[in-house]
Amino acid sequence: MLNTNLFNTDIGCEMIFGKVTGTIISTRKSDTTEGTKYLLVQLCTQKETLKSSYLVALDLVGAGPGEMVIVSQGSSARQTNRTFEKPIDAVIAGIVDLVEEEGKVVYRKDKTVRGKNRDL
Amino acid sequence: MILARVVGTVVSTRKEPKIEGIKFLLIEKINPESLQGTGDYLVAMDSVGANVGEIVFYAAGSSARMTAVTEGRPADTTITAIVDAIELSGKYVYHKEIAD
Repeated sequence: MLNTNLFNTDIGCEMIFGKVTGTIISTRKSDTTEGTKYLLVQLCTQKETLKSSYLVALDLVGAGPGEMVIVSQGSSARQTNRTFEKPIDAVIAGIVDLVEEEGKVVYRKDKTVRGKNRDL
Repeated sequence: MILARVVGTVVSTRKEPKIEGIKFLLIEKINPESLQGTGDYLVAMDSVGANVGEIVFYAAGSSARMTAVTEGRPADTTITAIVDAIELSGKYVYHKEIAD
């Protein structure tokens, strides 16, 4: 029988878009990743439409609240120097500056430029 | 990693020898906005000494085997941290000391 849940969630092993909405503070944890922090990421589409699911991701790039980011999941999240062989299954791999879909800019980090509907 | 609340313990006597001595906890995924459970339950191995009622987050898949407790064992959900506080859109929606 097919598990329909598998099709309703993006949480798995893909690289996905998300928006940083908060921070998670923890002192008792099993990994020793110093100088990094855990951010709360709300998943979103390429057009910044928010979805209802959240995940916790280790920030490797210094993302800030409200920024759209790329989250790497699964064992790929451990393929960096800071997360190698650590119990991490989601990392923020990049901050999104611009998304171009079918020749049109659907997301641009600088809202003022995006508001004027300027093209590339 | 996904946020969840520890809601109980799971006891098993007949199990694979490699997972003997490891504590199993019953956890329920939560929504960070409301802190309410979503109705999704999981069995997770504990690597940090979490207790019932605490908010934690877990690593899933092969990452679950990367802790000292679960290394080389058949784990695919491991609690890797106990959450002290959750900040959402500039506000603290959860603080462990206040919640306790």
